[in-house]
Amino acid sequence: MKWVKSSFPLADSCEDKSLSRHPAESARGAYDASLLACPDCDLLQRLPPLPVGAMASCPRCQARLWRHKPDSLERTLALAIAAAILLLIANSVPMLGLSAAGQEASTTVIGGVLAMWQDGRQEVAMLVLLTALIAPALEIGSLLMVTLAVRWRPTPRWVGILLRGYEIFREWSMIEIMLLGVLVALIKIAELATVIPGLAIFVLGTLVFLLAAMAAVFDPRDAWARIDWVADRNPPPPPQGSP
Amino acid sequence: MTGKDISARSLGLAGCEACGLVSRLLAAADGRHCPRCGEHLHFRRPASIERCWALVVAALILYLPANLLPVLSTYTPFGAHTGTIMQGVIELWSPSSWPLAIVVFVASVTIPLGKLMALAYLLLTVQRGSVKSSRQRVRLYRMVKFIGRWSMLDVFVVTFVVALVQLKPLMWAEPGGGVIFFAGVVVLTMFAVNSFDPRLIWDLPQKDHDGRE
Repeated sequence: MKWVKSSFPLADSCEDKSLSRHPAESARGAYDASLLACPDCDLLQRLPPLPVGAMASCPRCQARLWRHKPDSLERTLALAIAAAILLLIANSVPMLGLSAAGQEASTTVIGGVLAMWQDGRQEVAMLVLLTALIAPALEIGSLLMVTLAVRWRPTPRWVGILLRGYEIFREWSMIEIMLLGVLVALIKIAELATVIPGLAIFVLGTLVFLLAAMAAVFDPRDAWARIDWVADRNPPPPPQGSP
Repeated sequence: MTGKDISARSLGLAGCEACGLVSRLLAAADGRHCPRCGEHLHFRRPASIERCWALVVAALILYLPANLLPVLSTYTPFGAHTGTIMQGVIELWSPSSWPLAIVVFVASVTIPLGKLMALAYLLLTVQRGSVKSSRQRVRLYRMVKFIGRWSMLDVFVVTFVVALVQLKPLMWAEPGGGVIFFAGVVVLTMFAVNSFDPRLIWDLPQKDHDGRE
């Protein structure tokens, strides 16, 4: 992968290019879609033109700013559809089974939540429900709707709300951690009884990789660039060589 | 770094935290929202240091019962057994499963404590106006944000042991009181990390500002 430091000669020429002379200036505010402020250090810069697959990083703090991903939205859509199907399967088949002295039991993700709820740990049950089921479902669902909705031109504003939500859902979606937790639980229980790994474990394992791939191919800048603006004005034409 | 580094704030500009658009932050009411996505604009996250400290201290208080109270009780024909997180790690330690014991120990004990210490260090250096090792500090912040979620591990372990071992009256498992505190530590530290604004690491003490605002 090619790494590009993003500092375009902003520091030298910033007075000339300051926003007051930008055509987008109005009495209500000003913006410049070609500028970028590093989210980790606030360094003002312009993204250089990037070849496909290359990544721009902040020259001051090395934060990853943008990666030029080919066909980002189409690939994301394909992965989101696959992930949605796997999530459905993973929650409808047994995840773990157990047999001891002629008795058998099995459980799913929901089963774990219910067991916690019935044992009087409702707060923990809700946290598990959120991180193992709701957040992953919203993570997949929001990207699915975003990638479908950007096909409309102009793209409606509510897509922006989904995009904002996606970042939050992604942070609280913890399928990979749950899977490791299931593995540890399995080994703990194996001392007591015979454990039977269910189909859902393997489906979830695949889903972890799909979700990682989905996050890797998705380019939020691409999606944001298509969305209708909240303020009533047309976005300026994109400057050459800039995303 | 060189004096040519210009922060967006020094020009009165703010990058939107939702969509990334850089726009001028005005005092007027409608100048405080991003023209593209409508998100509330700010130079730095509001009350970042105060909120982060409050959450760090609260998480530190919950960390004690989380580790001292039992998280899991199992009832088997061989007798009842109740254990804390640390006892769970020790039980997992065997010739075949010791790598998992290390993973659980790191995720449940080291990560939450390390996260709180790292945040306290970042907060203290920002409050002192330190300009040293900013790159290392922002890397520390990114690592804390990336790794912190993994402390949820033990909550899932307890959940699925309890869900599966339900063969009453032969054997069954129950969650202990420590689980709630432990889940609280995880949630509070995640909020704490998000309330800290890494851009504060790079802000120079006020007197050194180049006065362009």
